[in-house]
Amino acid sequence: MRLEPKPQPSLAETLFYPLGAIVATFAVAALLVLAAGASPFSVFALVAKGAAGSQFALLETLTRATPLIFTGLAVAVAFRARLWNIGAEAQLYIGAVVTIVLGTGALPLPAPILLPVIMLAVMAAGALLLLGPAVLKTSFGVDEVVTTLLLNFIVLLFVSMLLEGVLKDPMGLGWPQSKRVIADAQLPRLITGKRLHFGFVIAIAAAVVTWVIMKKTALGYEMRAVGHNPDAARFAGIPVNRVLMKTALLSGGLAALAGFSEVAGLKGNLTLDLSPGFGYTGIVVAMLALLNPLGVVAAAIFVAGIFVGADAMSRSAGVPSYIAEVMVATALLTMVTAIMLTRYRIRWR
Amino acid sequence: MEAFDILLQASFWVAAIRIASPLIFATMGELICERAGVLNLGIEGIMAAGAFAGWVTVYAGGNLWTGVIIAALVGAMFGLLHGTLTVPFGLSQHVVGIGITLLATSLTYFTYRITLPEVTSPPKIAPFQPLPIPLLSEIPVVGAALFNQTPLTYLAFVTVAVVAWVLYRTPLGMAVRAAGENPAAVEAQGIGVTSIRMGAVMVGSALMAIGGAFLTMSAFNSFFFEMINGRGWICIALVVFGSWRPGKALLGAILFAAFDAYQVRLQQLTGGVVPYQIFLMMPYALSILALIAMSRRASYPKALMVPYQKGER
Repeated sequence: MRLEPKPQPSLAETLFYPLGAIVATFAVAALLVLAAGASPFSVFALVAKGAAGSQFALLETLTRATPLIFTGLAVAVAFRARLWNIGAEAQLYIGAVVTIVLGTGALPLPAPILLPVIMLAVMAAGALLLLGPAVLKTSFGVDEVVTTLLLNFIVLLFVSMLLEGVLKDPMGLGWPQSKRVIADAQLPRLITGKRLHFGFVIAIAAAVVTWVIMKKTALGYEMRAVGHNPDAARFAGIPVNRVLMKTALLSGGLAALAGFSEVAGLKGNLTLDLSPGFGYTGIVVAMLALLNPLGVVAAAIFVAGIFVGADAMSRSAGVPSYIAEVMVATALLTMVTAIMLTRYRIRWR
Repeated sequence: MEAFDILLQASFWVAAIRIASPLIFATMGELICERAGVLNLGIEGIMAAGAFAGWVTVYAGGNLWTGVIIAALVGAMFGLLHGTLTVPFGLSQHVVGIGITLLATSLTYFTYRITLPEVTSPPKIAPFQPLPIPLLSEIPVVGAALFNQTPLTYLAFVTVAVVAWVLYRTPLGMAVRAAGENPAAVEAQGIGVTSIRMGAVMVGSALMAIGGAFLTMSAFNSFFFEMINGRGWICIALVVFGSWRPGKALLGAILFAAFDAYQVRLQQLTGGVVPYQIFLMMPYALSILALIAMSRRASYPKALMVPYQKGER
């Protein structure tokens, strides 16, 4: 068999295949639900209800989507320039560490100044963390996939060391957790008494800014050119390595904001279970969004809905909530296949 | 001085070879895939799936070797999926690989939960036992380390020999290597690049799964979450470190495992002065350092990560 590019995929085709991907994902999930001895339709209904069936459910979904928007943006930006940043998890944790270091009373600043200062420091830390693998890629040819993946483990151990050492809360009853951030370093809740916080607004703003950078600036154009064909970009006079550096700084900074937003907006302190893999899920979010920054917001809410809904369903129907992870991974694989099928025709012989 | 004495203990080398065994299987698996031109980032998840598949077979009353075979089959299934998406479909090997890791890991955890809904502590099986080889196992230090291991460890060494022999001494191996260097030339010989690459990814993934199964069936006796713990990613570094050659990769795996066994003992020796996390970071840091050190000399298979379409130049 061979693939032939389609000259102009019709509108029907561009809709048909991605819809097919979603149907296929639910078909896989239905099989798993049957294997767990439950009825797929009632389980899907419970997932939908748990994700969007009430004000509480909807707010919970948006709360869960917030870190995924940041990590999804980080991945979308990096993958667009074909910088394979699989280290959003580590950058998230570094952002959380910086938030704790600066937000627990070290800086005597009022909230309107303190929060932007912390955010800038957080972004700088995340940016620097990804700059390492980017430099290793451009000057030594070391594959950034492996280095960013390995850094995830190193950074998590580093955080564990801090939480049992210098950052340990003396009042924490021996648990490895940090002190809580002071009131001035907290992001306000959007609705009093609910968990949704100002981090969601920052995430939306970040998506818009990222979209502008990608679509309307010279840097965005260069990043897309480098991602499309580095050799051609170099030939056209684009400084490929410098573009990759800038991409790394932007991507790392965005991922680190996820850690800031989770600590300053939701949790208040840092523990080792701050992120249940938000960095890795960000890859799925970015791919589902076809690497479009505004699409990331929608994809993050969709993925968060599956997670939140599955948690609620798992409590009542007894199907393990890991089904959410399976669905998200399946959606990633079916969606990239669907995109290929909209662009190419398979010729058997 | 004590820090040096560790290197002379037989128990240290026994541990080093034991730690190396799963890495050897998985590194050979990745090496085969990459030699054929496919980067397989599904490795971490496929190891988890293999670890569970092998263990649960034995837990359900199966024979240990049946467990190994089931693990290999499960690995090959994920390899089939990875291969289909990356070889004929030509999708991004990075994205598909990460997707396979997420899928294999989550499917494994889901299956664990529906198979054993009630358990709080992981149940145990009777794992492979050491099988001393007569005479050879009595050689001081070396004998215990190399010839008093479980049958799966011996299989790991046999695998390296077989992989090296096939790759360098058979027409099939030649075709695999050429598929990763110059696929058009393979096609010109009338051999299908697609089938060669698909086969390599399936066999490679089966080996990764056996590497995972080693953990639950030989090194330990139960399955728990997060047990692969980055070993798959380390194997990808080991393939680069070994310059895509089975013998060098084997050496790398043993060196790495010796270092890992050493840091555990050094950790006990320093008695908590240095935070234990520093020691646990070392294997990952060492992998990155090895990549940097080898980078100048690394000669990637030329068609690695390049999808091949028949009739294209």
